[in-house]
Amino acid sequence: MDKYLVSPNPHTHSSVSTRSLMRDVLIALAPASVVSVLVYGWAELSIIASSVAFCVLLEWAVTRWLLKKPSTIGDLSAAVTGLLLALNLPSSTPIWIVLVGAVVAIGVAKMSFGGLGQNIFNPAITARVFLLISFPQQMTDWTPSPGFIHASDAISGATLLGKYSEGGVDELVRLGYDPNNLSMFMEIGGSAGEISAALLLLGFVYLLVRKVVKPWIPLSIFATVALMSGIFNMVDPEIYTGPVFNLCTGGLILGACFMATDYVTSPMSNWGGVIYGVGIGVIVMLVRYFGSYPEGVSFAILIMNMATPLLNKLCHQKKYGRA
Amino acid sequence: MSKKVTFSIGGIHPDDNKISRNCAIEVLPLPGTMYVSMAQHLGAPAKPVVAVGDKVLTGQVIAEPGGFISAFVHSPASGTVKSIGPRKDLAGNPMTHIEIEVEGDEWVEGVDLSDTLVTEIPADSAAILDKIKSCGVVGLGGATFPTHVKLNPGPQARPECLILNGAECEPFLTSDYRILLEKTREIIVGAAIMQKVLGGIRTVIAIEENKPEAIKAVKAALAELPYDNITVLTMKKRYPQGGEKQLIDAVMKRQVKSGALPVSVGAVVQNVGTSLAVYEAVQKNKPLITNVLTVTGDCLPEEKQHNYLFRIGMPLSYIAEVAGGIPETAAKIVSGGPMMGKAVANADASTVKGSSSILYLSEAFTKRGEESACIRCGRCADACPMGLEPFLLRRLYNAGDLEALEENAVQDCIECGCCLYSCPANIPLLDNIRMAKGQVMAAIRSRAKK
Repeated sequence: MDKYLVSPNPHTHSSVSTRSLMRDVLIALAPASVVSVLVYGWAELSIIASSVAFCVLLEWAVTRWLLKKPSTIGDLSAAVTGLLLALNLPSSTPIWIVLVGAVVAIGVAKMSFGGLGQNIFNPAITARVFLLISFPQQMTDWTPSPGFIHASDAISGATLLGKYSEGGVDELVRLGYDPNNLSMFMEIGGSAGEISAALLLLGFVYLLVRKVVKPWIPLSIFATVALMSGIFNMVDPEIYTGPVFNLCTGGLILGACFMATDYVTSPMSNWGGVIYGVGIGVIVMLVRYFGSYPEGVSFAILIMNMATPLLNKLCHQKKYGRA
Repeated sequence: MSKKVTFSIGGIHPDDNKISRNCAIEVLPLPGTMYVSMAQHLGAPAKPVVAVGDKVLTGQVIAEPGGFISAFVHSPASGTVKSIGPRKDLAGNPMTHIEIEVEGDEWVEGVDLSDTLVTEIPADSAAILDKIKSCGVVGLGGATFPTHVKLNPGPQARPECLILNGAECEPFLTSDYRILLEKTREIIVGAAIMQKVLGGIRTVIAIEENKPEAIKAVKAALAELPYDNITVLTMKKRYPQGGEKQLIDAVMKRQVKSGALPVSVGAVVQNVGTSLAVYEAVQKNKPLITNVLTVTGDCLPEEKQHNYLFRIGMPLSYIAEVAGGIPETAAKIVSGGPMMGKAVANADASTVKGSSSILYLSEAFTKRGEESACIRCGRCADACPMGLEPFLLRRLYNAGDLEALEENAVQDCIECGCCLYSCPANIPLLDNIRMAKGQVMAAIRSRAKK
């Protein structure tokens, strides 16, 4: 009888593990990553490869050498952080900046807080914001690197949001872009992750189907951005860009679908997630309309990350038999 | 009423694994010796009323209730009482057992052993309750609560709906399914008896959609039988639908308040197996000494799986042997389903009224993965059918904060296992919550004493 296991119930487990969840996120990001490599070529490939490698190696080194604990890289969360960081960087980013980003993401934002599950801020976004503030020139140089396929006549140097920030709606029109025409978004420059909105959405649908994430956070972000820019645009279309422009530009889709939904740094309840999403949407629009930076998705997510513990305390799900 | 119902909070969809669904019920032969536990039911253990050396007949009372919540126990065979004393139960804890050396199967007088269906229900409700009590009928859905107590909720109670639990939402188990197919009419008569005792209230036989043949059989039998106000309700497949509180939510769209009894919302829930036992007790004068148990598991090929009609007091090891031995690949033996069953620490333990399975699970199927860090995905809270937040309860337990644990309703946990099942980081959520619940309940009890 000794050879049989004895333990409390349940005696079975679902096939979902941290590793399988992270693997699904990697799969969801794969189409957008592949296309960004095709469009931006060797430069993009080297950024993705080095970002993932640096993040994974760093986590391995910290766990094995500093903490003297078993390595946690098998859960693939470091790889996800690496990939997300890479998709947030311009294709012209020098590799040494990528390395600095990995150190901030894994070393500062993740491991110094206690590793996976303990960090307050999303590691990839923390790194992006750190790099944006530290290396503003390199981080806003959106000159497309030569790709394997010719995909766009991108405006050199800055994104549409950058142009809007500099010269408002007039500048966009002067460049020949109709801010209310969806087709323009096939042709815009930007960080790797931004150029393939459709593929990112496809990846997000995959995560929904696999029940890896719930739709409430991205939906509330999109709804808030659409509503707020809709109202402002209606008040004065000469100054304020409209919903289509704001939903499809910048890192909104990447941020809303893949970074705002980070388990660790987002609220756990559905209603908490909705409030969190609305907060992100409002901050994004405030930065875009009135801020000195052209894009506010990263800032918005970081700021709302801080509200997450509070939202977890405030929002609970409905309990059975307790009104 | 064709819409499929389910409960409103949480729940999971584990693989069905009803491999033994097509195995017809077989009658197990009697072993040479049987050990009848005095803890066949929830509540106080029964007190033996026989002495060593006594000759007993099948169905003869050998122990009487040891308290208000307790039940009679009857001899599962005819023979001689060899000993009365402690013997290890499933978990390895000592419990008084009556050892009977089996000499045959000679029944006490007055028991109708024929298969003839008796559809006419006695007029006197008190006599029915008395019969249910004297035949030792207890709930066979898992909790083994004495049935006569549950069917007599007191003068203040206003029962409105009798729910017959045919959910069998635990993976692997098929004993309820088999009796629904093979004892359909008996179960319905049993339901009609309980319905009468409760004042002719609405009666719903609730079955999950993965048992379409059972639903068909019950519908056909209902059309033939002369009872009113009994219907079949198809439920979506979802665990833990067979949990009393979840079933009430699914069927009546009402939720039982924390700490209250189901009858406070007008519900009385009885398992289909209990209904069969009520039929046999009331219509056939047959005490509860048999039940159906599934021998199954992921390491047992389909042709070696069985649904057995067993008698209480048969050692599990005896049943395992009759069924062809313990499979080589078994890493864990479970009595009950994989979600809420108990791991067998002692294979010589004997069957009780509520035994529902011998489950052989392979290491790959059952071994817990290594625990890793909580990633705050919230899957445990999404899965919890009571709407609790297991991640939070675990943190509070580790912090030793009993007050906050009580505020966050740890005492409402039904220990269904959904949280641990769903956790991608293999955190022993239910283990922690069970400990916390014990401490909080103890604190509540000591407060009530003051």
